Amino acid sequence: MHYGLGDYVLDIAENAVEAGPREVILDLDESEDCFRVSVRDDGRGMTAEEKARALDPFYTDGTKHAGRKVGLGLPFLAQAVELAGGRWAIESEKGKGTKVEFAFPSASVDSPPAGEIPSLLLGLLCLPGDHEMLIRRKSPRGSYELRRSELSEAVGGLERASSLALLRDYLASMEDDD
Amino acid sequence: MAKMTLEQLRKLREEKKQDLTRREVEGKEIQVIVGMGTCGIAAGAKQTFDAVVEAVNASGLGDQVVIRQTGCMGLCYVEPTVEVVAPGMPTVIYGKMTRDFAKELVTKHLVEKKLLDDHIFDRPAADIMKN
Repeated sequence: MHYGLGDYVLDIAENAVEAGPREVILDLDESEDCFRVSVRDDGRGMTAEEKARALDPFYTDGTKHAGRKVGLGLPFLAQAVELAGGRWAIESEKGKGTKVEFAFPSASVDSPPAGEIPSLLLGLLCLPGDHEMLIRRKSPRGSYELRRSELSEAVGGLERASSLALLRDYLASMEDDD
Repeated sequence: MAKMTLEQLRKLREEKKQDLTRREVEGKEIQVIVGMGTCGIAAGAKQTFDAVVEAVNASGLGDQVVIRQTGCMGLCYVEPTVEVVAPGMPTVIYGKMTRDFAKELVTKHLVEKKLLDDHIFDRPAADIMKN
C-alpha cells in the first residue's frame, strides 16, 4: 500500500505514460475540503472489459512483464480512496485514452498526507517517454501550470542530475505563495 | 522565495553551463536508474529519486550523471531498487535504497568508486523473468 497521496498520483500517471500518449494532462487541485486529482491521457485506452479487469489486483495485461500475475496500481488507489470516504472514477475508450479521477477528503484520518509536492512534480515530469505533459496545480496558496517540453528546454533535458537539481529548485519555488 | 520564472530558470542553466565549461569535465557518463513501479513507489522510490538528485548534485558530479526512472526491475522484495552503470565498475542493482542509503550510494559508489556490498542484488535470471 502506498504511503502518501503523491505515491498514488505518480503510480496512476505512470500508467498513463505507459499507454503511449501524445499528451498527459494532470490536475492537482488542493482545497480546504479535499485533494482532487485528475490524470488524463490520449493513449491506447481500454475496452469496457479491460477497464473492469484493471481493477482486479491479480490481473495485468502482461505487456510490461511477461508472466506477471499482479497489477496493483488502480486496486491500491480504489481501496485507499474508499477507505477514506472519498470517490474515484475511470473513463476510458479504446484507441482514444483514459481519464482517472479521484478525491481524498481532508477531514478523514484515513486520507494519505499530501507529502512533498515538488518531489512529486519532479517524479511526474521525469517519467520516461516523448510525450507532452501538462500539470495544472491549484492550492489555497495559488495556482500555476507546468509544461514538460518547456521545462525540458529550459534546463537542458530531464536526465542530467545538474538539470534535475535546477528543476527541483524551480518546482519548490512554484509552491510559494502567489 | 518568490516563484521563479521560466526565463530565470533558463538563465540559471546558462550560468551552470559556463561553470561546466571552465571545469572541463571529462569522462564517460554515469547512469543511475531508479525503479519506479508500484512496488518501488510503495517502498519510497519517489523519495529515493529525489535524494539521488540532491546527493549527486551536491557531490559535484551533476553534469556527469544522468538519472532516469524505470518500471519494476523484478526485485519487488527489496524495493526501492537502483541500478548503477558507471565506467570502470560492474553494473549492479542495489536494493533497499531508501533515502538515507541513496545518499550513501552516491558517496561510496559514484565518488569513492566502492561497492555497497550489503545492498547488491543481481538481476533475476532471464528464465524467471519470462515465467
